[in-house]
Amino acid sequence: MAGFTNATRSMFTAIRELVENSLDASEVEGVLPDIYIRLSHDDDEGKEDVYTLRIMDNGSGIPATQVPLAFGQFLFGSKYRLRQARGTFGLGGTMAILYGQITTNKPVDIISSTGVSKVYEYKLMIDIQRNRPVILDRRVHVNKGRKENRWHGTVVEFHLEGDYYRAMPKILDYLKQTAIVNPYANITFVDPRGRLYKYQRTTTKMPPPPKVTLPHPYGVDVETIQRIIRITRCRNVFDFMKEHFHRVGEQTARQFLEFAEIDGEIDPTRLRPDEIVKLVQAMKNFGDFLPPDASCLSPLGEDLLRAGILKELEPELVAVSQRSPSTYSGYPFIVETAVAFGGKVPNRGDVNLYRFANKIPLLYDESGDVSWKIVRSINWRRYRVAPGMPVTVLVHICSTKIPYKTVGKEIIADRPEVSREILNGIRTVARQLKRYLSRRERVERQVRRLSIFSRYLPKIAEFSAKLGGSQSQPSTDKLYRRQTVFKDLMTSDQYVDSETFEAESYRNVVVYVKNKHRGNTVNVRVLGLESSQWRKLIEEANLSASSELYEMLTKRVELVKIQVRSARTDKPGIVDAFIDGLGE
Amino acid sequence: MSNKIAKESGARRKDAILSNLEELGKRFCGQIGEGVFPWVEMKSRSTDNIFYNPELRQYDLGGKTIKRSSRIISHLRPFTELVWTAYFAHELLRERKTSTLRDVYYSAQAYDIFFKDQAESDGIITDLETVTGYSREGFHVFPEERSAVFGDLTIEYTVPGYEGRRLNFTSHPDGMMIGPALTDSLLIETGADKVIVLEKGAMLTRFIEERVHEKFKAILVYTAGQAPRSTRYFIRRLNQELDLPVYIFSDGDPWGMHIAMVIISGSANAAHLRELATPDAKWSGVWASDIPSYKLPSDKLTERDVKRLGELKKDPRYKDELWQREIETFMKIKRKCELEAFSRYGLSHIVDKYLPERLKEMED
Repeated sequence: MAGFTNATRSMFTAIRELVENSLDASEVEGVLPDIYIRLSHDDDEGKEDVYTLRIMDNGSGIPATQVPLAFGQFLFGSKYRLRQARGTFGLGGTMAILYGQITTNKPVDIISSTGVSKVYEYKLMIDIQRNRPVILDRRVHVNKGRKENRWHGTVVEFHLEGDYYRAMPKILDYLKQTAIVNPYANITFVDPRGRLYKYQRTTTKMPPPPKVTLPHPYGVDVETIQRIIRITRCRNVFDFMKEHFHRVGEQTARQFLEFAEIDGEIDPTRLRPDEIVKLVQAMKNFGDFLPPDASCLSPLGEDLLRAGILKELEPELVAVSQRSPSTYSGYPFIVETAVAFGGKVPNRGDVNLYRFANKIPLLYDESGDVSWKIVRSINWRRYRVAPGMPVTVLVHICSTKIPYKTVGKEIIADRPEVSREILNGIRTVARQLKRYLSRRERVERQVRRLSIFSRYLPKIAEFSAKLGGSQSQPSTDKLYRRQTVFKDLMTSDQYVDSETFEAESYRNVVVYVKNKHRGNTVNVRVLGLESSQWRKLIEEANLSASSELYEMLTKRVELVKIQVRSARTDKPGIVDAFIDGLGE
Repeated sequence: MSNKIAKESGARRKDAILSNLEELGKRFCGQIGEGVFPWVEMKSRSTDNIFYNPELRQYDLGGKTIKRSSRIISHLRPFTELVWTAYFAHELLRERKTSTLRDVYYSAQAYDIFFKDQAESDGIITDLETVTGYSREGFHVFPEERSAVFGDLTIEYTVPGYEGRRLNFTSHPDGMMIGPALTDSLLIETGADKVIVLEKGAMLTRFIEERVHEKFKAILVYTAGQAPRSTRYFIRRLNQELDLPVYIFSDGDPWGMHIAMVIISGSANAAHLRELATPDAKWSGVWASDIPSYKLPSDKLTERDVKRLGELKKDPRYKDELWQREIETFMKIKRKCELEAFSRYGLSHIVDKYLPERLKEMED
């Protein structure tokens, strides 16, 4: 079984499959996901490597009668309609439970409700030989509350063998990356040591659920045709083509059948195997099918991707890009890329890569993946990225059929259409990073340069005065003045004003703000007074933990003031700020 | 024997320097008060601005100037250092203390001024010389090297603890070290009518033993090779304040010629200063033509010597008849010799025969 090759990987895969199921269940309903995962040691029998895994969600729930089938049988799930969905076959959850059963011989406990007045609880085991669930126990509970407030969702609890301590890094990586691409989800994980990991939502916007669509003729194979034939209600091939395939209408169907030299009147269920093969080959070779449209795809969107990255990586800079839809072999796909720099972005020596396929993080087999090859092939120096800088690149591909290289490996194949989109997507965000880094370098140089004035001018005044024999030192304020406006200020949820700086007589005014807090982000604004009106000179900027802002003001104003506040309620930052004025 | 009385006192110079420095401080304070970043303009010391001035008969700076402004970030540090150095020099003069180049580098640290290395502080001191026109010895920053003087010259000290005390330079037969106290002293009177400058220490001792200072009424100055700045300044004072002609005796080779020329017309390094040259001093030997005339033991010229002679021939400072004649003679006979060579004919030969003949020749 792919993904269950060893104890470590199995535990990881089990968690992943069930989490993905839960996310799917919430999204289908349009409900903001609340997912709770608990992994604990099974103390009985004294074995160290047996665990209990419990996953609870607030998704659509499973109707009572379908629970045993949903988890106790292979191939349940309507994946004959091609909607972008997470798992490839819908087998994942069942595989996980099966693995648990095989390694521990214990049943699975499933509690679910679709929001009706009752909550159903089943204790199941899978009869592998007969491919059937065995119900060991069934209970019914009352679903408390009024109709609108009643609980809906699913709880799955089962036992499995595994090695948490080996799997932990990958599990945490997975949860973090999932939190990035699902910033509207609340995910809570309690590990066997009792440690709590919380990934909180920062947005309530969810992407629209993907629309259902039919497969495109270019992308089908013999097996798919056979599956469709098994469920079709059409009695002739002409209707069959119109009914089950994407963007095939009367005219296209007629033209195609003519091309394929197949009689449109034949009953599809009566097609012989060699005729099915001929049909499939003709589909691949017919050049006049309409190209697939991407409405069946549901990419994250730039806003959500940005929100997710800001939430989990807390970078200094994030740039995102969504490419236009494209196709490979008749399958539509969209590539989304992002780059995050600085702040809490991990520093791993080289540019770090997160890969996603249909919103599922890919954590294994990185070096064979096309995105990895592309990232390694880029000369990052051209984008002002030096080795040792904390940079993470994200690549997300969504498609009705993800172009995996081989079954079982988390490697996206190196197809020209796909790699072109990935390369261009990465270049787009890398360019934005380059602009940011160049500006930052320039600003850093300016900080150093202006600080030199504050170091030397007072000395010039001091020794000139002593030399010239005057009693008092002349003030150098007209030449250069630094006014510290904030020192160790703890930010609050509302904007707080700094004292004002008289900027009129200076030719250059520079504003410096530093957020000294190691964890929290603050928002900064700079305002200037001109003709009795305060105007924004610097729009609200995010200053993440341990980062600085240094800006030269381009507009000449009478007064300048800085405003700061905490970016998140009850998560204050600590701010130092000064304003420099340079004369002449 | 008439005694010459000093015409000018050194104390007046000191006052001039003090007020020059104070003016600088007042100027900067004024600029700051007006909201102007203080700046100063000085002559450029780059090689393309150093010329030999035939009227002054020394190296001089041309018209190019550079402006150093505290508005320019790269100038801030040297400008601050310049102001501090001016202040420090003022303090030295006021408190009547002395310092050396190395000492200045360390003293700065007490005032929270940190030079990167001594080369940096040396450069700033030279800048201050350029801005004010006075040599660092005027600020009481003295070099380490010392040379010596001997003869009938009476000076009066001005340094703290010795004010008013007088000394005659015949008192110590090894000669007196020319240091800060001597450089600042008042020249009171002398029984000499000339100055003889010697490159080599052995010659000083020989001349003192042979009582040259009596027989020829000369003040002897020993330079220890290339004359240090304070020595050159002192020679100039003897020439200007006491109206004494100066005769320079160095080894008979291109290097000896150069030693004499630096005393006469200064060095490129000090082109910004006028106080260190004695244009009326005369190179009096050993000349190339002396080698055959006095049948002196000699050495062959090296390739470097020949090359050097070629350079000197084209140098504008050496265009006078005497220099050109001697350069050509060196090149023709291809020999050089030292002052000591005269001992071939006895220890007192140089004093008995050479000196009187040469001096007579120079006086005519």
